[in-house]
Amino acid sequence: MADDHDHHEHDHHDEHDHHDHDHQHPMSDTALRVKALESLLVEKGLVDPAALDQLIDLYETRIGPRNGARIVARAWTDPDFRAALLANGAEAARTLGYEGRQGEDMKVLENTPETHNMVVCTLCSCYPWPVLGLPPVWYKSAPYRARAVNDPRGVLEEFGVRLADGVGIKVWDSTAEMRYMVLPMQPAGTEGWSAEQLEELVTRDSMIGTGIARDPQEASA
Amino acid sequence: MTATTPTARKALELPGLPLGNEGPVFREPWEAQAFALALKLHEDGYYTWSEWAHALSTAIDQAQDDGDCDDGSTYYSHWLAALESLVTAKKLSSSTELATRKDEWDRAVRNTPHGQPIELEAGQR
Repeated sequence: MADDHDHHEHDHHDEHDHHDHDHQHPMSDTALRVKALESLLVEKGLVDPAALDQLIDLYETRIGPRNGARIVARAWTDPDFRAALLANGAEAARTLGYEGRQGEDMKVLENTPETHNMVVCTLCSCYPWPVLGLPPVWYKSAPYRARAVNDPRGVLEEFGVRLADGVGIKVWDSTAEMRYMVLPMQPAGTEGWSAEQLEELVTRDSMIGTGIARDPQEASA
Repeated sequence: MTATTPTARKALELPGLPLGNEGPVFREPWEAQAFALALKLHEDGYYTWSEWAHALSTAIDQAQDDGDCDDGSTYYSHWLAALESLVTAKKLSSSTELATRKDEWDRAVRNTPHGQPIELEAGQR
């Protein structure tokens, strides 16, 4: 079977060596090279993975969660945009200038008083980069990927989120072709706030679904 | 975010480094991972900054000789090539070891049914 064939020896500087792209293989040749390098250096104890992640967090800037926060705040204040966003997430994000390189699709999941949405990529770490930046460390960790599916309520509790009884949880598994972003509920007591003010309440975790938007009282405290 | 460590400040002076208003920009996670690896190995003393700058400019020169489009979009491909060459030159790993590990990850991804976390062991069987 095709999956089992041995790859020929090749010069690892060769950018043109592309493997066949099946839909379950979201990692590019280049991403695999980085993964190989990183995992070997970590295994040999030459690099501390936690220190690497800290550095990445530090640089996680322009394509960061602030893009997503702007989208969410706009959706909270502009019903037409909200409708467009829920109908076609990637297209609505594009109108604000946030566009993926590979044209991957993005679906926006609306949290309601009845349903809480949570996003995971069980396969690797597919993530809506153009709107949320780089995935946080825990998103890429095997325990999160496995437990988010088996025990989403337990995972949420660990993130400090306790949902009211009767709120259902939907877990969405990202793929290379379809990324998800959660539209959190607008916190009570923020009616009439400007989009700029609301942006500050939108956390990265609230757009992954492992959190909710910040409480306005806490935010101003 | 502004550069907060000496290495990070040096990195900002590298010619061609893609920068946004607030610092380096990455288009894909692997770019940030490669960036962080190179900085970290230098900080931990595995090579000097001038060795790194030399490896990077060599990789860029080589790519340009090979007809690289040189518009910044391939910057981190050169960065990764430089990192691989320095890591092997410093005997932190070897090209055989890197190629083998890459194939193992490749198989791990292919051997993992959708819905299961990818573990390296799945590519080593």
